[in-house]
Amino acid sequence: MTGTTGATHGTTGGTSGAAHGPTGAIDPTGTPATASDATAPLHLAVALDGAGWHPAAWREEGARPGELLDAAYWADLVIEAERGLLDFVTFEDALGLQSAAFHLPDDRTDQVRGSMDAVLLAAHLAPLTQHIGLVPTTNVTHTEPFHVAIGIATLDHASRGRAGWRPQIASRAADAAHFGRRTTPQLTEGDVTDPESISQPLRALFAEGAEVVQAARLLWDSWEDGAEIRDAATGRFLDRDKVHHIDFRGANFSVKGPSITPRTPQGQPLVVSLAHATTPYEFAALSSDVVAITPHDRAGTAATLAQVAEAVERIGRDVSERPLRILADLIVLLDDEPGAAARRKSRLDEVAGAELTSDAEIFTGTPAELADLLLDRHSTGLDGFRLRPATLPHDLTAITRSLVPELQRRGAFRTEYASTTLRGHLGLARPASRYAKAG
Amino acid sequence: MPTPVKKQVHLAAQLPGIHNVTVWSDPRSESQISIDSFIRLAQTVERGKFDFFFLAEGLRLREHKGQVYDLDIAGRPENLTVLSALAAVTTHLGLAATVNATFNEPYEVARRFATLDRLSGGRAAWNVVTSYDAFTGENFRRGGFLPEADRYTRAAEFLLTARELWDSWSAGDLRADARSGEFVAADAGRFAHRGRHFDISGRFTTPPGPQGHPVIIQSGESDAGREFAASDAEVIFSKHNRVDVAREFYRDVKRRLATYGRSPDDLLILPTANAVVADTDEEAAAYAEEISRELVSPQTAIAHLEAVWGRDLSAYDPDGPLPDIEPEDDAHFLKGHSVFRKGRAETARQWRKLAEERNLSIRELVIEVGGRQTFVGSPQTVADAIDDYVQSDGADGFVLVPHLTPGGLDDFVDRVVPILQERGVHRDDYTGTTLRDHLGLATAPRPTTWGGPGRPLRTGSDDKETSA
Repeated sequence: MTGTTGATHGTTGGTSGAAHGPTGAIDPTGTPATASDATAPLHLAVALDGAGWHPAAWREEGARPGELLDAAYWADLVIEAERGLLDFVTFEDALGLQSAAFHLPDDRTDQVRGSMDAVLLAAHLAPLTQHIGLVPTTNVTHTEPFHVAIGIATLDHASRGRAGWRPQIASRAADAAHFGRRTTPQLTEGDVTDPESISQPLRALFAEGAEVVQAARLLWDSWEDGAEIRDAATGRFLDRDKVHHIDFRGANFSVKGPSITPRTPQGQPLVVSLAHATTPYEFAALSSDVVAITPHDRAGTAATLAQVAEAVERIGRDVSERPLRILADLIVLLDDEPGAAARRKSRLDEVAGAELTSDAEIFTGTPAELADLLLDRHSTGLDGFRLRPATLPHDLTAITRSLVPELQRRGAFRTEYASTTLRGHLGLARPASRYAKAG
Repeated sequence: MPTPVKKQVHLAAQLPGIHNVTVWSDPRSESQISIDSFIRLAQTVERGKFDFFFLAEGLRLREHKGQVYDLDIAGRPENLTVLSALAAVTTHLGLAATVNATFNEPYEVARRFATLDRLSGGRAAWNVVTSYDAFTGENFRRGGFLPEADRYTRAAEFLLTARELWDSWSAGDLRADARSGEFVAADAGRFAHRGRHFDISGRFTTPPGPQGHPVIIQSGESDAGREFAASDAEVIFSKHNRVDVAREFYRDVKRRLATYGRSPDDLLILPTANAVVADTDEEAAAYAEEISRELVSPQTAIAHLEAVWGRDLSAYDPDGPLPDIEPEDDAHFLKGHSVFRKGRAETARQWRKLAEERNLSIRELVIEVGGRQTFVGSPQTVADAIDDYVQSDGADGFVLVPHLTPGGLDDFVDRVVPILQERGVHRDDYTGTTLRDHLGLATAPRPTTWGGPGRPLRTGSDDKETSA
């Protein structure tokens, strides 16, 4: 059910390979990265959002723009992703309408606007799938940590061990007015020019977000395995020594605990974060099991891996104990005919009235070309990739029906699911509750 | 067609999974947390053409003498998350959840119910409750608690605000017109609410589902609760009572609707009940006795007594007489349990009197005051009792709480439902797709007349303030 230790160690080497980058940081495991890269499993996830990641995707032939907020549309997409044996899918979310601007709402009417609660959407898809991991985004600035933690724990129960969680801070100050309980930093045009200056004013929110993850992790551990005893002789349903107050006190809030939800199939659902700069790298080093990064080329991949490794070092995380899987994000446009994807992108850009820009690298090409790129990048120490299909369902189907078979032909991707849990897919063991007495 | 036309019996089911309404010691008792249990019960009652499936809310585990209370079944999921999963494996069954108006904010709650209504094709219902205990508040950012006097003003304004959010998208705002390039109408989702409890504005993310607004449920029988139900709710959960008391409640609540321009059919009264069905009345009675005993173990009997007495009674024999010492009125032994919050000295006096009159041991007394199974008998007897109760205006139907998870309603669905169907008081099949259809409620909400207790017949959509 859970991953093997062997797989964990194998990819730990890959992860810490970043430490061999230009900074010369020490690899804590002492394992040469290159030794394990060739055999390290490749992990593939897909990020689902609206009609795809190109702003004009909803106007494409084959798009279903009127159904983006309907259950059936999402069921089709996730079933397709599972057909491609992918590790997991992520669902975007925010407590405000989408905007073309990172830091401000806009009043545009020509792009996809409107969304549903991603945890509930993921839960709805759980009974319709059997293997694929389900990773919804939730805001951690305006929500209650207790509610978020039991929601994700419930998703893990509902999916029988396939839940992940992408905690996200509120980067748009306008969203705070939807709650009226606090204000958050208003980023300026000057701030949003590069990732480091974006994250600077948000440092306090990242720190609070890390507290939310910490509180959630404590709640997930607050029921040990075996807490439910059903002991008729003593009349006790619970062994109260195995159900714990967490007494979490952070700088921003406190949570007494225990959780109301018993320990879940994975014990700890998977925490996934997206990171572009030092502060979010540190957030990931502290809080995440998987981090998605956004390098734009091979050299940038090595540099970012080194930055993540430094953050891991600063935080003092022992990745042999707590591995951190690192995936690179890529927007993908895929067509079998050489040149067709680039032409399609040009056409989409024209419809959108602007060239596609993104935090992530944009790939256009054939599935075979993408397979070349992924395997080359994988060899630098990445654990895998989170692909953002530019259009749905076209680019998702190209991933599942062309890219994946291509990778399988090269012996680089699983040919069937070997596990039923998300941790298992990623080679991560099910941790014991921190409250469990050793021995 | 039978004449005169009989009232339809509306049936709902709750998977309790908690507290001592569920027998966990029975070998047939399965997991209270596995998704399989929820799916099993939901699909069973959908087969029985029930109106909806209901999950209550848990925000803090109960504690007894400063420790987690360990005698009852405990541990439950986040209810809307489970209901969203159930929406994928059911097709018609309504999906209702309690969500607290104290430890949540309208934007998020409105969004989650709009999502559930969309995912389920129009089957969502919200039981609006408020809490005012600091014990529960310890699990939340906001901590603290709501002054008791503000319970209904907050609930009313919370609900009003949620309705404004659901109404912030008009039909047709989601254009998705690839040809013209217009995806949404300008200002879709724009809202502003300025009130005593909430001061919020911006854009709402989620166009409402097929029902427009989820079905609104109110729980509680207080005067304020009745008024809130009359002004704003479409279902009221009540306690099961003797039928004469129930009729009085029914008359009183239905009478209040006219004040708000509503008809008696706009609010359904559904008491919580349980049913014990067996081949014969005698067997059912014996089984009901057994359930009562299993629900109150010797340890449970002492714990309940301690909750009322506010002191350690572990030295007392559960099969012996009640303690002759007096309760400590200030001590809080059982936290997170609403029953024993007030008037414990009086409760203790009544319990002692009852025990003396009937010569009851501690355990027998706790079984006695814990309430009996509501409907006990052969399928025919139970069907008769339910039908009579509804036809005589004691209720519009019932929320059935099985004593076993998840198979506790199998007998009811297989043996009682067909009798009700034969009599024409329960549907043979669903005739609509939304929960509003099942409950016979208007499809469209009434956005201009909502407003909470004491605010009858408000009109004009510009009146967005609540200044209770």
